[in-house]
Amino acid sequence: MSRPQFDEMHDDRQQVRPHYQGYQRWLAQQAEQAMQARREEAEMIFRRVGITFAVYGAKDEEGAGTERLIPFDLIPRIIPAHEWATMEAGLVQRVTALNRFIYDVYHDQDILRAGLVPAEQVLHNAQFRPEMMGLKVPGDIYSHISGIDIVRAPNAQGEGEYYVLEDNLRVPSGVSYMLEDRKMMMRLFPELFAKNRVAPVAHYPDLLLETLRAMAPAGLSEPRVVVLTPGMYNSAYFEHAFLAQQMGVELVEGQDLFMKDDVIYTRTTRGPRRVDVIYRRVDDDFLDPEAFRPQSTLGCAGLLKAYRAGNVAICNAMGTGVADDKSIYPYVPQMIEFYLGEKPILKNVPTYQCRQAEDLKYTLAHLKDLVVKEVHGAGGYGMLVGPAASQAEIDNFRQALLANPAGYIAQPTLSLSTCPTYVDSGIAPRHIDLRPFVLSGKQVQMVPGGLTRVALQDGSLVVNSSQGGGTKDTWILEADEAQSAKPRAAPVVKTDADMLKALVGGVS
Amino acid sequence: MLSRTADHLFWMSRYTERAENTARMLDVNYQTSLLPQSADATLAGWQGLLSISELTPFYAAKHGQEVAPRAVMDFMVRDEQNPSSIISCLRAARENARAVRGTLTTEVWETQNQTYLEVVRMLQGGALERDPGSFFEWVKFRSHLSRGVTVGTMLQDEALNFLRLGTFLERADNTARLIDVKFHTAESEFVGVDSEKDQDFDFYHWSAILRSVSAFEVYRKVYRDVIRPERVAELLILRADMPRSLLGCMNEVMSNLSLLTSRPDSECKRQAGKLRSDLEFARIDEILATGLHAFLTQFLDRVNDIGAHISREFLLPA
Repeated sequence: MSRPQFDEMHDDRQQVRPHYQGYQRWLAQQAEQAMQARREEAEMIFRRVGITFAVYGAKDEEGAGTERLIPFDLIPRIIPAHEWATMEAGLVQRVTALNRFIYDVYHDQDILRAGLVPAEQVLHNAQFRPEMMGLKVPGDIYSHISGIDIVRAPNAQGEGEYYVLEDNLRVPSGVSYMLEDRKMMMRLFPELFAKNRVAPVAHYPDLLLETLRAMAPAGLSEPRVVVLTPGMYNSAYFEHAFLAQQMGVELVEGQDLFMKDDVIYTRTTRGPRRVDVIYRRVDDDFLDPEAFRPQSTLGCAGLLKAYRAGNVAICNAMGTGVADDKSIYPYVPQMIEFYLGEKPILKNVPTYQCRQAEDLKYTLAHLKDLVVKEVHGAGGYGMLVGPAASQAEIDNFRQALLANPAGYIAQPTLSLSTCPTYVDSGIAPRHIDLRPFVLSGKQVQMVPGGLTRVALQDGSLVVNSSQGGGTKDTWILEADEAQSAKPRAAPVVKTDADMLKALVGGVS
Repeated sequence: MLSRTADHLFWMSRYTERAENTARMLDVNYQTSLLPQSADATLAGWQGLLSISELTPFYAAKHGQEVAPRAVMDFMVRDEQNPSSIISCLRAARENARAVRGTLTTEVWETQNQTYLEVVRMLQGGALERDPGSFFEWVKFRSHLSRGVTVGTMLQDEALNFLRLGTFLERADNTARLIDVKFHTAESEFVGVDSEKDQDFDFYHWSAILRSVSAFEVYRKVYRDVIRPERVAELLILRADMPRSLLGCMNEVMSNLSLLTSRPDSECKRQAGKLRSDLEFARIDEILATGLHAFLTQFLDRVNDIGAHISREFLLPA
């Protein structure tokens, strides 16, 4: 089946697009062997630095290691600055609305009463946390760190169009790869950065720390922030340690924390020390054995109590999963209009909700053309990519779907845009996506770009690292050379003042 | 600092030091076995090595009663089930480092990480079979590098003190075990036998011990004399300026503990201080008169107690 394709670097007449021309000129001058040597160098450095990714349940041939490198591709994914400006405005808008939605769900539930989002889909959602009802959280912000997955696909005119594929509002990961990929590119090819005006991303940890500190209980001049990790065997442990180190804060595990008189402390070599803000990378269920799963040892008993007492901030807040669930995703455009009175800037992918009889019927009739996803699934597990699936796989999925229609949504198979990528046979187009990381504190801000993931297998649309995906450095580029005399645009995004006011509810 | 962090740092450096000392002992045994000597003496060397690490029963369970040099070497280098093997120690050091990599400088972490990745690669590539001597040398130098990069890049705060504490407490333990086993062999076979041939053996035996703690040139410089057992013992136990001696190690343990706590009721500091003083004011003839083995056994017990008190006071309760 031939579907229209959109390549980030080449147009349909195989001409290099304007924003890639500078890079292409440089690439054409590089000897193949030199590039091969750089690939090997990159791999060696990543391994030595220990930028690895643990895969659950996996063992290598010796049965020893479960650590894998995430393949890093040398060819950057380049986005022209004007496209990014629109995307950024859309991200600020979307995340602002999502935070308003979570606040609403746990307070007055206006949007449910207005009938815009079906109440039972929210209140009976496994991610809905009754414990959060009526709780005042700092700044009324729930999702402080949001990873919004964006893909690009050709429209009827063959132009690339950006779509939001998924919102990740619980503990989105990958930002460390964004930072390390840039560091690696600058180390391998410093001359490229001298020639091209690439917006910097290295200040992300500063913005993150600023965001976290803004959530501290009032009246603290030096709030103490910690990063809470499930431990070194978690797949994203590298990132937890990396972010803690980059922010200069302590990396803690559940066993390091305890609650006394509604205050959270760490156990230190010099006795207990108070904690004000917890950037947690542990799922809701495991955060507090007294409130959630009693057998969890990853959290801290009494954490919810301290949180309710307002003595500690938890980022992201508990219960954000109610807004990033795939069954809620179709309603995000309505949320934007409902809370902000604005037209959505970023598009959603059309979505069939199998809980609805008509959509289910359509989905079952078109399984071969659709991507079907588990509502609560993540990491590329539990999904069916119709065009790539065998008849047996489709039949199996049909059974699963019929057994529990409400557990699934379906979307047309987007022909994700491609980007030239090094593969064994040379350079070939591979499908990519993008995950920008949006920070919501006193303001909504982000560093330009995000993490570009690439599906390394020919034709594959699955970019998840747990499924063998790789990453690329992402450049937001002022491509117009006529503009290169102008001063460089400020890397930090300014937010819409009105939106901000709406978000923090009048707190100046 | 988090108690758990301190715990990982302490054990990271203990395991690194242990790997180094295991390599030292294996190296000396290997070098000695190349010399012409009785089969019994060679065997005693390898048996001693197992008993130093209290591994004789575990070895026997895996390999039977026969102590074969090849098997002992494999057991002590690459057996992942043996917690004291070089590969196990380097892995444990690296895993402890990984757990607190945010507390370490990038260079310290990369050193630990690379050491482990490299040792796996070397062992798979047959480096031990090809040239055991250079393999042990490599392990030693990775440990030197690990200490150097620690002292050379880490902020001089608690984290460094816990790292140093681990290094010297482990070294005190390891040196004491080495002296014990080597003198034990000596008492039964070498000392007091007065024949030309045995004097040669004596020379090789004692110089091997000195070399295993890099003290051969030091001995010559300090004593300017032929190698005598009681002086070897004195150098390795009581010389404060000898970096691997028991007193040298206890001095470092004390100075790091003093930086970590100023509490007058600190039990680990009291015990470490007492042990240090006992060494400082001891004389080698006294120790030999009352029995070296008894002295060292007691020393090891006391080091063990100090370790337990450090855990209780600063680290995670076991």
